[in-house]
Amino acid sequence: MSSHAEEAVHAGASISTFTKVWIALLAMTGIEVLLAYEQVPTMIMLTVLLGLSIIKAALIIAYFMHLKFEKLSLFLTLFPMLIFCVVLMLIFLGDAVRIPNMRPPA
Amino acid sequence: MSSHASAVNPAGSVWEGGQSPYATNSKKFGMWLFLISDSLTFSAMLFAYTYSRVTNPDWPKPFDFSPAIIFSTVMTFCLLSSSLTMVLAVHSMNHGDRKATVRWILATMVGGGAFVVLHMSEWLKLINVEHVTPLNNPWGVPLFGGTFFALTGLHMTHVICGLIYLAIIATGVGRGKFKAEDVEVSGLYWHFVDLVWMFIFPLVYLMSARVG
Repeated sequence: MSSHAEEAVHAGASISTFTKVWIALLAMTGIEVLLAYEQVPTMIMLTVLLGLSIIKAALIIAYFMHLKFEKLSLFLTLFPMLIFCVVLMLIFLGDAVRIPNMRPPA
Repeated sequence: MSSHASAVNPAGSVWEGGQSPYATNSKKFGMWLFLISDSLTFSAMLFAYTYSRVTNPDWPKPFDFSPAIIFSTVMTFCLLSSSLTMVLAVHSMNHGDRKATVRWILATMVGGGAFVVLHMSEWLKLINVEHVTPLNNPWGVPLFGGTFFALTGLHMTHVICGLIYLAIIATGVGRGKFKAEDVEVSGLYWHFVDLVWMFIFPLVYLMSARVG
């Protein structure tokens, strides 16, 4: 057990890598805020925002949460299930799009 | 045959048992399992917010670019920077520097504390000035208040719990208790709180920005 812990200690990223990741995260946040200021059309806005958020989440998980330096088996145990469940939730979004058209006119 | 060999040989395949398949300690693995289940909770709430928003074409846009969006951008900055200081705390602890670890954890708590204070003032403005409550608001879309306060409230609860957790860890580390893995596990929790905000900020705030 202790030998595993030591392996994990030595297989991390350096401070300069963490700083670069932090700068990248701040830059992506800046782009997001700029998009909001420019009032980009909703669908483009939503796509870009979600894309950037997923990249940011991946950076945080990989570097800050150290998952890039863990065993692949840990990633495979945790994330495919999470992604699958989130995608399952999205199935209902089609209903949300239809509901406004199904309301009787006021 | 090979499984018999691996029971004797610890360097055998991980899938044959007899060793730690994740090469991680149980605390860290436990925290990961909690974070995954917690992210399902937040996914469900973000989905509920999105669903309500799509079904209500007259969804309000209550956030003026200045000051609300600038405010929440500063909050995002605080949280992102506190994540960096938390990484540095874990890094110091891995190198056995307990004093530096305590300093970095305190810096993390300052970032988290600033986030909570700014978020509270944002909430108070929405409640007192814009008259938004969980059940009612002036724009006639009560679901806005319900989903907004539930989502950001749950996130703020996580931040406050994280601050208490970090305070306990910092005190213990300062007194010579806790190992590097304990600081790392608290770091995992803190980064998760940051990660959730990376979805709430664009979906709730930026998508409802009002310019001009």
